[in-house]
Amino acid sequence: MSEQNTKVAEPRADAPDGHSATQTNSLQHFLKGSAGRSLGLVIALALLFVVGAATGGDRFLNVENMLTILRLASIIGVLSIGVTFVITAGGIDLSVGSVMGLTTVVATLASVQLAAAQSSWLLMVVVALAVGIAAGLINGLVIAYGNVVAFIATLAMLVGARGLAELISGRSTQVVSNRQFLSFMRSDVLGIPILIWIFIIVAVAGWFLLNRTTFGRRTIAIGGNLEASRLAGIKVKRHLVYLYVLAGLTAGIAGLMMLGRTTAGTSTHGLLYELDAIAAVVVGGTLLIGGRGTIVGTVLGVLIFSTLTNIFTQNNLDTSVQAIAKGLIIVVAVLLQQRFAARGPRKLKT
Amino acid sequence: MFEEDQPRPLLEVRGITKSFSGVQALKGVNLQVLPGEVHCVMGQNGAGKSTLIKTLAGVHQPDGGEILWEGSEVSLLRPTDALDLGIATMYQELDVVDGLSVAENIFLGHEKATGGFLHVKKANAIARTLLKRLGHGSLSPSTEVGTLSAANKQIVSMARALSRDTKLIIMDEPSAILDSGEVANLFRVVRELTAQGIAVVYISHRLEEIRQIGDRISVIKDGRSTASGLSVADTPKAELIRLMTGREVANVFPEREPIPADAPVLLEVENLELSGHFEKVSFTVRAGEILGFAGLVGSKRSEILETIYGARKSSSGKVSVKGKALRPGSVPSAVNAGIGLSPEERKSQGLILDEPVFKNVTLSTFERFARAGHLNEAAERGAALEKIAALELRPADPDRPARTLSGGNQQKILLARWLVHGTSVLLLDEPTRGVDVGARSEIYALIRKLAAAGTAIIVVSSEIEEVLGLADKVLVIDDGKVLTQTKASDIDEHGVLDLVMKGSAA
Repeated sequence: MSEQNTKVAEPRADAPDGHSATQTNSLQHFLKGSAGRSLGLVIALALLFVVGAATGGDRFLNVENMLTILRLASIIGVLSIGVTFVITAGGIDLSVGSVMGLTTVVATLASVQLAAAQSSWLLMVVVALAVGIAAGLINGLVIAYGNVVAFIATLAMLVGARGLAELISGRSTQVVSNRQFLSFMRSDVLGIPILIWIFIIVAVAGWFLLNRTTFGRRTIAIGGNLEASRLAGIKVKRHLVYLYVLAGLTAGIAGLMMLGRTTAGTSTHGLLYELDAIAAVVVGGTLLIGGRGTIVGTVLGVLIFSTLTNIFTQNNLDTSVQAIAKGLIIVVAVLLQQRFAARGPRKLKT
Repeated sequence: MFEEDQPRPLLEVRGITKSFSGVQALKGVNLQVLPGEVHCVMGQNGAGKSTLIKTLAGVHQPDGGEILWEGSEVSLLRPTDALDLGIATMYQELDVVDGLSVAENIFLGHEKATGGFLHVKKANAIARTLLKRLGHGSLSPSTEVGTLSAANKQIVSMARALSRDTKLIIMDEPSAILDSGEVANLFRVVRELTAQGIAVVYISHRLEEIRQIGDRISVIKDGRSTASGLSVADTPKAELIRLMTGREVANVFPEREPIPADAPVLLEVENLELSGHFEKVSFTVRAGEILGFAGLVGSKRSEILETIYGARKSSSGKVSVKGKALRPGSVPSAVNAGIGLSPEERKSQGLILDEPVFKNVTLSTFERFARAGHLNEAAERGAALEKIAALELRPADPDRPARTLSGGNQQKILLARWLVHGTSVLLLDEPTRGVDVGARSEIYALIRKLAAAGTAIIVVSSEIEEVLGLADKVLVIDDGKVLTQTKASDIDEHGVLDLVMKGSAA
């Protein structure tokens, strides 16, 4: 935090608090609140839709294409929900993409597939989730109890998990042979693909967890002020472990979704997904320094990026230009957020 | 105010005003600083001192009024304008770069260089002369600033001011981060500066300090000058308090009732040790009793509190609440047993500044308002609101971010937190630091009231007067050792200082 912000405004009980001041305050309050921030994202998304409709016409604006956008968003979306929690608590997880790759490899090992064929396809699900949770547990323990900076610990996991995935897969592609698993992952419910349903369920559960539970309150408190949370009696270290386990779990879920979409496990799955996830979270309005997190914002952030990709693909535009556009969106979104935040009461000096 | 037969003022500020998005921070401030004087500016928190400083430093531009420098009007549009005139500002949060050397810090922003190449030797030599002028010739210019104490960092900051041919140095509460020995040294340096004709604007709310160092005083209240250029020697303390607060402050410490003889012991500390910090600390606190820790900064008072609370893990000894021993090094164990801590650094250790007041109040208790992990925020808010009202928090708005409250009210948030929790033992570390004179007596009354309701309380404060005024029993501590344990009424400030001096001499 900058030196300027550490000075506290000292409102006085007898300060002239005119009617107009109160009104602008409530407007500012709204704009600064999560609703206001999400409104900006909704406007951005709407603008993208206008662009998409203008360039693609009916090709863009039809149910099938909307589902394509959502399906595109679903895997990154699930990862982003886990990352939102970690970032809200003031941490970072760079490893979700490669952990996701590792889960696809382990879940499609010949031995696992054989055992699944003999018992149930759910075994693959359990294995993928267990691998994700285990990786998250290692991250969490190293960070919370080993006092290693999260950036470094998860960077090590990013490299290590990718290497492990290459080693056990022999860099080959492992095709999913289990019909039941594939038919479940590729099924529709109410005309909507299961991948999208998984994203919806994870997002809703994530919203509830962050905003309505003690788990979420601890997450925000730790991100807002770790030392104050510790001194208030919150078991900070234990909670940090839970958070990285949660991120690992979402990596496992995303891995399963990836298997469903591509019908194969490989060590290259999820390459650079961690950066897309972090970008979506930050564009969504979650503070990188922690203390404020928004699941709605993250979902909108993911949708903005997937809509952008869709528009570029439909118009056969260069993916390099798309990358530039993505970069611009990230910077502009963060600049706008800072503008809003700077208008808050903390700027008042006495 | 009528001035007679005086040298031409160095700086004159006439009726400046400044508002931020509708809130008027300065409503007409006058200030007149003479060359070579120490001019103290006093005011409660929120009076407008910081805005005034930043206006003089060129950080803020006034909306109205004028600033005269050596008799002619100037406008300070950016910080370099002020620096070029010869106005240097030492902010409370020292603006030194830890990773750079002393000399590099001194010449930060105006490096001794030709074409981008630094003259390290020359810079070091000039730095050495500047440090010598400040009586700190022993400080090596090549030392990394991060390794220096706060007091020495201040010296570096002052040397930087001198390196720019400064005529006026503004110091924003420079003593706030120093212990008493270092304050004495600071005063010596300030006198060196004024002897060389440099004027010092000294911001503080410590009346005793101003008596020692100041030549003249200006007082600001609610953004307006209530007095300008009063002579320090001729103005009584009570008058200054009246000017700052607008009311008479008679006896700030409430009368204490004797504790009933049969009051149960709530907290028992036996031979508590933390190696490298303090040794063999033993005492008991009974229900309704206030125990004070008296000692200088650095006497390890806070470390003792934090170890009792489990925030540090004791190397030996025992802490028990109502006869039950606590697990060493476990804050949750202490909190569950009924101990609450209001930490020394309210903002960095106590509060989540951007979260609303009520969530700060319930930070230790929000789990109680949940069923199977599902929070009942309405119940939580209600519980917080009740205590906010009981403590007369101002403003009594539970949804305002904690950042926007004054020091005294932030302290009340922490008290409210433990009231909601229902703790039986309260550890208060510097409960009135950063709390202005007017709000202090309110905090004192609250502490007394909590004790009267049967809470066992430990108060730690740098102000010995405060410890003695509040406590029933006092532990005099120096360098991690308990020198004596006595009734507060049997000892006075001199007694405490005598003990501490003897202790460090032995």
